[in-house]
Parts: sequence; C-alpha cells; structure tokens
Amino acid sequence: MELNTYQQEAFDYQRSNIEKFGKKNMAWSIFFLVWIIIGGYALYLQIAKGHVVTGMRDNVVWGLFIVNFIFFIGLSYAGAIIAGVLHLLKVPWGKPIVRLAQMMTLISVIVGPIFILLCVGRFDRLHHLFIYPRIQSPMTWDVMAVVTFFAGSVLFLYMALIKDFAVYRDAKLNIPAWKQKLYKILAIGYRGAASQKRHLIISQNLLAIIMIPLSIIVASILSWIFGMTLRPGWHSTIFGPYFVLGALYSGCGVLIVAMWVYRKMYKLENYFTDKHFSYLGYGLMVLGAGYGYFTFSEYFTDWFGSAKWDSEVINKLFSIHEYGGWSLFANVAGILIPILIVAIPATRKPNWITFAAFMMVMALWVKRYLIIVPTLETPALPMQDTRMEFVKYSATWPEWALTFAGIASFLLFFTLMSKLVTVVPVSGLEEVNFPHEPHHHHDTTVATKEEVKPA
Amino acid sequence: MKQEEEVNGKSRRDFIKNAAIATVVTAACGSSICSCSSKKEVISQKIQLLSPDGEIVEIDSAYLNHHETMAVLSQHEQRVGIAGKKFVMVVDLARCKNARKCITACQKHHYRPEDKEWLTVKLLKDSEKGAPYWFPKQCFHCDNPPCVKVCPVDATFKRQDGLVLIDNDRCIGCKFCMAACPYSTRVFNWDEPEISMDIRDLPYNAETGVPAKVGTVEECDFCADRAREGLLPPCVEACPNGVFYFGDENEDTVTNGDETVSFTQLIKDRAGYRFLEELGTKPRVYYLPPKDRQFPVERGYDDLSDTLKQRFKDVMEGEHK
Repeated sequence: MELNTYQQEAFDYQRSNIEKFGKKNMAWSIFFLVWIIIGGYALYLQIAKGHVVTGMRDNVVWGLFIVNFIFFIGLSYAGAIIAGVLHLLKVPWGKPIVRLAQMMTLISVIVGPIFILLCVGRFDRLHHLFIYPRIQSPMTWDVMAVVTFFAGSVLFLYMALIKDFAVYRDAKLNIPAWKQKLYKILAIGYRGAASQKRHLIISQNLLAIIMIPLSIIVASILSWIFGMTLRPGWHSTIFGPYFVLGALYSGCGVLIVAMWVYRKMYKLENYFTDKHFSYLGYGLMVLGAGYGYFTFSEYFTDWFGSAKWDSEVINKLFSIHEYGGWSLFANVAGILIPILIVAIPATRKPNWITFAAFMMVMALWVKRYLIIVPTLETPALPMQDTRMEFVKYSATWPEWALTFAGIASFLLFFTLMSKLVTVVPVSGLEEVNFPHEPHHHHDTTVATKEEVKPA
Repeated sequence: MKQEEEVNGKSRRDFIKNAAIATVVTAACGSSICSCSSKKEVISQKIQLLSPDGEIVEIDSAYLNHHETMAVLSQHEQRVGIAGKKFVMVVDLARCKNARKCITACQKHHYRPEDKEWLTVKLLKDSEKGAPYWFPKQCFHCDNPPCVKVCPVDATFKRQDGLVLIDNDRCIGCKFCMAACPYSTRVFNWDEPEISMDIRDLPYNAETGVPAKVGTVEECDFCADRAREGLLPPCVEACPNGVFYFGDENEDTVTNGDETVSFTQLIKDRAGYRFLEELGTKPRVYYLPPKDRQFPVERGYDDLSDTLKQRFKDVMEGEHK
C-alpha cells in the first residue's frame, strides 16, 4: 500500500499504539474486566433468582436496563449518521475523526442490545423472536432494525478499514504472528489496484447513503416502542424525531469526549486539533438548541393542554419532591451549559467543550431515565391495590452493577479496538489547513500534498 | 413448533382415536354448557372407539370416564376459543362494598399466592367533589387490545370468543404488554412462583393460566375453563352482592348467578359504560355507575386490616384520583 508522506507520517506516529499494548492500557483493561465480572455475577443472580433481584415490578416494568439500551443504541445511530455525513460531504477535516465515530457505532450497537436482553424474563426463549415473529409489534420492528443496523455498521466500519488493514499488513510491524495473519485476512488482498479502489469507493458511498436514513429509521423505531403505547409522556408524535435528535446529540458529545481522551492518551494533537473541538462544539450547540426546542415543545404542550393523565406526569417531572431536581439537571447540564460554553469564545476551548460534552452525556442519560420511569410510575388507575414496592422504582445493586459493566465493556471495547487499528485512519488522510490556524503542521510541503491526493 | 409437528405427523390411527375422544369431550361440554336436561340421552349414546388392539369397538358412553379438567385442550383450541361465544362482563358498582370475596375465590381457583392478585378492587374518586366508590377490576379483554398489538411473539392473543389469553410457554417476558396495557391488569412472575402439588405437572393451559412460570406474564382469563363446563367464573359466584354479571353477548344474556338479564337492556337501563372509553381499546367489561348504592362506601373500609386500609387511606381522606 502506497502512502503519501503525510499519511506515512501519521502512520509512523501511531505505529507503536498498535504494536504494544502498554502498561496503562493493561491496567485499564483489567479495571474494566473487574467491573464486567461483577456485572456477570449480578447477571448470574438475575438468572438464578429471577428478575426479583431488580427494582422492576408490576407497574414499573422497565428500568435502568431500558435506559441504558436507549442510551447506547442512540450513540450507535449517532456515530453512523456523523460518519456517513462526513464521508458523503467529503469534509476534509472530518477524515481523522470518522474512525472514532464508526468505532462508537459498532461498539455501542454491541453493548446496547445486551441491555434489552437483560430486560427479558426468559433468556432461554429468545429464539421465539425469530420463530414466532409477529410483525405488528414494535418490538419485532426493533429486532429487525437493530439486526439490520448491526450488519450495516459492521460493513460500514470494515469498508473504511480495508485500506488501513492493507497498510498494517505491509508495514512489517513488530507484532505477533497471529496479529499479522489477522491483518492479512482482514485486508482481503487489497493492493490498491484501480479496480479495487473503485469498488471500495462505490461500496463506501453506498453504505454511507444507506446508513444515514437507516439510522433515522431505527432510532424512530426505538422511540415507537414507547410512542405506540397509550401512556402519557410516551404517546406522542414528537417521539420519533425527538429520539433521532437525542441520539445524535448524545453521540456528538461522546465523540468529543472520546477525541479528548485519545488526544491525551496517544498525543494526537496534530490530528484531533482544537478546530475539531470547535467544529464538533458547533454541532453540539446546534443539536442542543434543537433538543431544547423539542423538550420545550413536549413539556409545554402537555402542560398547557393539562389533560389529567398528562398533567400527572408533568407534575411529577417538575415537582421538587419527585423528579424536579433531576429534570433541572437534565435541562441545565444537558441543554443550557453546552450551548453557553460553545457560544462564549473564551470557553470555546477543547477542555471546556469536553467538559460540556461530558456533562451533557450524563444529562442525556438522566433524561432517558426521566422518559422511562415517571411515565411507568403513572398508570391510569391508582396503584393502591398493590404492594408498596410496586409504587416507586428504585434500581437495585444488580441493576447498577450491570449498568457499570455495560459502561466498562464499552470502554474496554474501545481500548481493545484502538490496539487493533489506529485511532486516526492513515490511508486517505489529508492534511487540512485550517484558516487562521498556522500551527500544528508537519513538515510536508504543499506540493507533496497536492501531488498525491487520494482518488 | 414441536406440538405442531406432532399434530402434522399423526398417523391415521391416532386421528381416529382422537376423533372419538373429541366426540366424547364435545358431547360432554355441549351438555353442560347448555345445561339442559338432555344429559341422559347423551349418556346412553353408543360411541365408537379404537381399542388398544387396533379394533374399532362400540361402547356405551356411560362406561367412559368423563374428565373434568380440560388438560386435553390442544394449543389450537386454546387459541381459537369457544365457538359461537362472545363473553362479556358487567360490573354493578352500585352493589360493591369491597367484600373482597371475589379476590379470594379468584386466587383459590387459579392457585395463586395471596398477594399476587389478578382481580383487584380499587377505591376511585373521579373528581374533587365526587364520592368515592369501590371499583373491581379484572382484565377487560379488550376488542382492540393494546397488549396483543405489541406482543412480539404472539404469546398473548385475542380469541374469537372475545378473550385475551396468554401462552406462557411462548412468552419471552419482555413485559411490553404490561407497559402497553393502560389498566395495569397484567402481573409478572418476578421470581419462581410457588406452585401447589396438584397442578405442578399439568401442561400449561391458557384457559386456566396454570401452572405459572417464572419470567412470564399472566392475567385474568375470564375462567374460560369454567365456561366450557357451563359454570360461572369463581369471582361471579363468590360475590355476596351479585356485583358481577357474566354472559354471552351473542345470546344477549348475562347472569350474576341469582338473576339472568338481557345484556343490552341492563346496559340501557343502568347507563352502562366502559372504563376510559376514550382510549379506544373497546373493553369487554362494562360498568354500571354507582348510583343508588346499596352500601355506604365505609362498609368496605372499616373492617379491613390495617395493611389493606393503608391502600385506600388517601382516597378515603379525600384525595381524588
């Protein structure tokens, strides 16, 4: 595989990252594994004793697991949309971050569905979803959506990786034989021939074109699991676009955080530049404004209309004795703070933007909790003729353990993947001259760059 | 799946045998559901059966053992329902005093532990100035059931006789039906249910809802097994005040055990309504408004245990819900 000087430099710079695992990464991985093992024990308890070990009961039938499912699967859809748009619009500065977005897509589409499986009372009957599928059910739509999306995102990431795999294969890396062999298999004989290039480009374009609408469709289907029921706070036409935007927003936030972490860890300042933070920050601001607008429309409509059942949920969300504090956090940290931090030039700096993104991601997780739990705690008939533990949901330690195990596996997957592929893609990478930003340059001359522009 | 294959793979011999058994069962059911006096004639009937040697023998049906349980009901029969029926229930709120005999009877009939009710009695108060009233609630067996619409594996289904039942051998426990039901009717087996020895080894029957299984959903089944025997659901029979009328919409007849009345006439005369009609779920349970009540509402409250009182305290003290 031929690389131009700039690409070669980018590869050499990251070479050691995929050659050595590193003590720090090992420590992290073990830390994550411990969390996953604790989660595994919680899962064992849940299977052995039944769902009674969770805080879910007859009224609040879904809890943290569904919240995590929405959260992770949302990241996944966002990653696909971001990567797809950056690819199709051929945004030059987008090239270094496309891989992170695609990694996020794949990893969260693996972690997310695990959580919906945790919600299912009978693991042993999951095959019923395929042998007795019932097409009327939004759950069946979601199974089809997630499976399709999973296949799409694997392909999408893989297509983008083939060239890089060929680079790794040919680079005579100092790696064990199995890894060399793995690169060889994964590169599927790519040599950079004209026809190979053409086929790859066509496939990538097609996949990007498919993945963007697919993400929108599957995010909407996810929302319809709730929107199609008759419950207040769920049964709303706004839910499809609301979930799409929420997914995109939180995904943008996680991407910023991931960029910040890798920039620190692998010293990638030349590739994840301050400008990247600003640009994604602008994205964050626009999406935040959109999300705020949806949130306001939703609450305002319910509050003003003040139908009895709707009002009960709204009152719970804004009552200081119920979910008022969390609502405040979700809307201040999730909408106001990110917009302000990006809007004010003094705080439009990587660290600040990352802080805003991190807060926002937490807030959006809380927001998903506020979508699920208060509605389920508000049935049409009063919950009087039932045991007290059914009235309020409060998550138990196995649920938290599994939640943290999910986050840990998300991070572990990221760690492992960044040891298999370079975080910044090398083939096809272009040097970008940001206006007013003369620093962060390598010694490549302008002439070399233009000479070998990739096809 | 397995069962279906078995049905398809059955030999002709099995078919004849089954046909003969089915005849007996149908005859027995028919007689009891009609509850007419023709029982003796049926019993004196000659019935052809296949002997263990493979010969067809004709015997008097009086010599046959009539099994009362409906364990032989096939999956298909459980899903189709009782031909020609359209079950309906009317609950007379003016007569309910929260005697809670219906709950006990239901729990007993379905071998349910004391605190996992399928049938509940709520204390409702519609508006600030409104008067509280007792509100017994089973599954409404809606004609447009939100639970059935969302089930991903067809484990809960709507039958032609109007019932909404659950196949707990198929249920994956996703609880989507519970989230979708606006009436909080369904209950989940969060842990391994305690099952009495009598029913432990029975195959699951959607019409009785037993035996319960961990990780699956269950709910009131209108006691279709009793209907097959021509009997009323235990809640209807147990009620000391005749609150529940159960019957067949096709025959336009409902009965509370004491009196049998025209369903349409009852709804017309007493301004029957369906709970939360605006949701469009089309329940098969009608309520008669609590007008001219037979008991003051306190009669159902004062004698309750403290734990039970706790449930209704808020409404008794004036909060409307």
